[in-house]
Amino acid sequence: MATVTVRAAATGAAAPAARPRIGRGLPAALALVPTALIVLVVYVGCMLWTVRLSFTSSTLLPKFDFVGLAQYERLILNDRFVVSAQNTVIFGVLFIAGCLVLGFLLAVFIDQRVKGEGAFRTVFLFPYSMSFVVTGVAWQWFLNPGLGLEKLVRDMGFSDFTFDWLVNQEMAIYTLVIAGIWHGAGLTMAILLAGLRGVDEDLWKAARVDGVPPWRYYLSIVLPLLRPMVVTATVLLAISVVKLYDLVVAMTGGGPGIATEVPAKFVMDHLFERNNIALGTAAATLMLVTVVIIIAPWIYARYVRSKGRR
Amino acid sequence: MSASLPSGPRPRRLTPGRIGLYAFLLTAAVFFLLPLWIMLITSLKPMEEIRLGNILALPMAPTLEAWGKAWSSACTGLDCNGISVGFWNSVRILVPSVILSIALGAVNGYALSFWRVKGANVLFGVLLVGAFIPYQVFLYPLVRIFSQMGIYNSLTCIVLVHVIFGLPTMTLLFRNYYAGIPIELFKAARIDGGGFWTIFLRVMLPMSVPMLVVATILQVTGIWNDFIFGLTFAGRENLPMTVQLNNIVHSTQGERAYNVDMAATMLAALVPLAVYFVSGRWFVRGIAAGAVKG
Amino acid sequence: MSAVSIRDVSVAFEAVRVFDGLSLDIEEGEFVVLLGPSGCGKSTLLNAVAGLIDVADGQIFIGGRNVTWEEPKDRGIAMVFQSYALYPRMSVRENMSFGLRMAKTPKAEIGRRVAQAAELLQIGHLLDRRPDQLSGGQRQRVAIGRALVRDAAVFLFDEPLSNLDAMLRNELRVEIKRLHARLGKATMIYVTHDQIEAMTLADRIVVMRDQKVQQIGSPAEIYGRPANLFVAGFIGAPQMNFLNGRLEAEGGGLSFVAGTLRLPLAGYAFNGAPPVGEEVVLGVRPEHLALAEAGLWQGFGVDIVEPMGADTVLWCSDGTHTLQVRTTGTSRITRGERVGLGLDPEQVSLFAADTGERL
Repeated sequence: MATVTVRAAATGAAAPAARPRIGRGLPAALALVPTALIVLVVYVGCMLWTVRLSFTSSTLLPKFDFVGLAQYERLILNDRFVVSAQNTVIFGVLFIAGCLVLGFLLAVFIDQRVKGEGAFRTVFLFPYSMSFVVTGVAWQWFLNPGLGLEKLVRDMGFSDFTFDWLVNQEMAIYTLVIAGIWHGAGLTMAILLAGLRGVDEDLWKAARVDGVPPWRYYLSIVLPLLRPMVVTATVLLAISVVKLYDLVVAMTGGGPGIATEVPAKFVMDHLFERNNIALGTAAATLMLVTVVIIIAPWIYARYVRSKGRR
Repeated sequence: MSASLPSGPRPRRLTPGRIGLYAFLLTAAVFFLLPLWIMLITSLKPMEEIRLGNILALPMAPTLEAWGKAWSSACTGLDCNGISVGFWNSVRILVPSVILSIALGAVNGYALSFWRVKGANVLFGVLLVGAFIPYQVFLYPLVRIFSQMGIYNSLTCIVLVHVIFGLPTMTLLFRNYYAGIPIELFKAARIDGGGFWTIFLRVMLPMSVPMLVVATILQVTGIWNDFIFGLTFAGRENLPMTVQLNNIVHSTQGERAYNVDMAATMLAALVPLAVYFVSGRWFVRGIAAGAVKG
Repeated sequence: MSAVSIRDVSVAFEAVRVFDGLSLDIEEGEFVVLLGPSGCGKSTLLNAVAGLIDVADGQIFIGGRNVTWEEPKDRGIAMVFQSYALYPRMSVRENMSFGLRMAKTPKAEIGRRVAQAAELLQIGHLLDRRPDQLSGGQRQRVAIGRALVRDAAVFLFDEPLSNLDAMLRNELRVEIKRLHARLGKATMIYVTHDQIEAMTLADRIVVMRDQKVQQIGSPAEIYGRPANLFVAGFIGAPQMNFLNGRLEAEGGGLSFVAGTLRLPLAGYAFNGAPPVGEEVVLGVRPEHLALAEAGLWQGFGVDIVEPMGADTVLWCSDGTHTLQVRTTGTSRITRGERVGLGLDPEQVSLFAADTGERL
């Protein structure tokens, strides 16, 4: 018996070390097959397909010719796309800044051991549970000049009051910002509040003993500590800026005119209504590039660099 | 009163700062509640009153007529079957999508946390990045693929799409949850002779109830609120409630019935609002877990 | 035939080798403790024996059988973990019987074994509770019970007492020792960083550091004849005193010389040829230094007195060297007193200053 085991052991030692484990991990590998397929076909495959299409002259049906950057040149010259891109910047800056400022203030104020803390939190966050379509329809109704806010103020005696942003080419984009902040500020608050609750209470005691005023404490001591949460919230908000679509469709339909068009809507319209696949996919590819630019540093900081530390 | 040493409880102070704090919070609360309030009261008013009255005023004669109309006879284009059609479509989409996406996410999270599979890290990395990519990047090829498979514009199609795009968040959620479970528990189960599925079903899944609740909340609200996938993949027969709402509100037929629009909007918001108010802190936990991504 | 035989085992994480060619033979019924600071590789070694991590090279035999690539459940082992690792949603009974149910053991047999283990550990009244309804000590008893019902030939303990408070730790330590005695032929491998656990439980201690075995021996050997400076310093509290000096030939014999301190080494058993004239380190345990008016070393003053109850530790200094001296708890010595110290060359240890190895 001893010799048999020795020989078995010898072959075991000679074999590549990791091999027997693959057999043991087989059910695990099989369980991951559906996901692997989805990742391969959809997340990688469809993405590459879209990028490839953006270099063709496809219109109604996909073609596999190669026209170089022609579609991108057309995009840059396309009024609607330029407006869409500008709108993304305007909306993005105001929406992110608004959500962060309002979210931070709400989080800090709620953190002051206020009465009815739970109720306030619930109220600030509930819009986030609703769809953008509902949000858009609700704000469209409230801000419509005929029967909404404008009429309300006029009826109060200010007959010259005008609030026609919704139908004003110059101002319509700002109504989207308002509705967006209404929808998203609660999320920012929730993330920052979770961060605030993680701040060591002894810091506040120390600051109080040192005579530091509360606003100074929050600005100089707490805010830097919340940096990771602020970054996380910013990235999330930025992603939703790029994805912005439902809200526009429900609230302004891109109008008046093309005043509130956004890239996501541009893509959808060109792919499914205007039968201009190549132009649509080119715009989609630009959206992809934008997102990669936003998240690459973040992913790097969070996962790659922290992995090295571990 | 003579100057004396302080004694007894500290006097309750309502400092100006404190008043300002409450004033700010209350103002904010009004800002957040106003649209909901306006939706609600508008939906309870007849059109006459809406045209003449104040948008903020309570209805003089509250009526549920608009709600009934919105539910069963509001028009989208030529069909006048109300938003109830969309409601039931959403339910039919929701149930299989939620179950399948959570099941797949839980298995993935478990496999990625406890088992060593070649290439798993790469898989997870791609999935993670995929969570951030705008859907527009995938839509057109997906439509082509589903057309080729012959399931485009069907219930199967929209459910598959929800499973596909729910995958990153669900996997991440469960992976992080299982990463928090001591590896020793897994080792003990291995020594006791558990295999991949036994350990998952008998040890891990019973421990995952909190995450299952969070995932359900996240997926129910997420899928119910979806617009773009329903619009693109569900087909005319299966349009979810959000798409129908949008069609009703922006239907160009005749005068806009704001009370019916608002009633339909309220109806469309009801399910997520109910989930939100019932689940309370779980919802917060869910978006924190789903949002913070690792 | 040895119960567990680890032959030339190497373990690698990613590309980094954790062990290289480590060998260890453990006899049937033996209680072996793997002792070392955290990160020394002792848990990794235990996991390799359990089959929970892959070995990159070498073989592991349990009961004469090559189990290098066997599933953990087929190795005839049971394991107890630091964090108890009880299945949270199962009752104590279900926890203990899970492995047997997996192995499709007949119901009656399961019942019998669970009852037996429960009785042995006095946890019969807890069988229907859930882990979260148990105290830490009870949880670890259940975890031990779960290991017992497996009827394994080899029991693996991975720091089982480290999560418990001091009182419970003592209690369960005795319990484990009693268990080992009662089970008779059961082999136990026990990982800990606690030298008291190692000294009290072990038949043999394996001291590890930086993934390398430093010394294997009985507790008495490890304590009395540490193989190198690391082992000497790691075992024993208060720590062994170390004096840097030189080995000098003097008259007929050798002496250790450190400044004004000299120690004739008549009676010291050298391992090999003494390196005369070289730098060496003298190690002497605090209890081997005696207060003696006519002691060999004079001119020490007492700097600090640390009463510890059963005994008292004195920090004595002659200006250049500080030595800890363990004396009785009833000692009346106070700070500032002048004392002489006596010591027996047979009880000291000498180490080479450059390699740290025992001479």
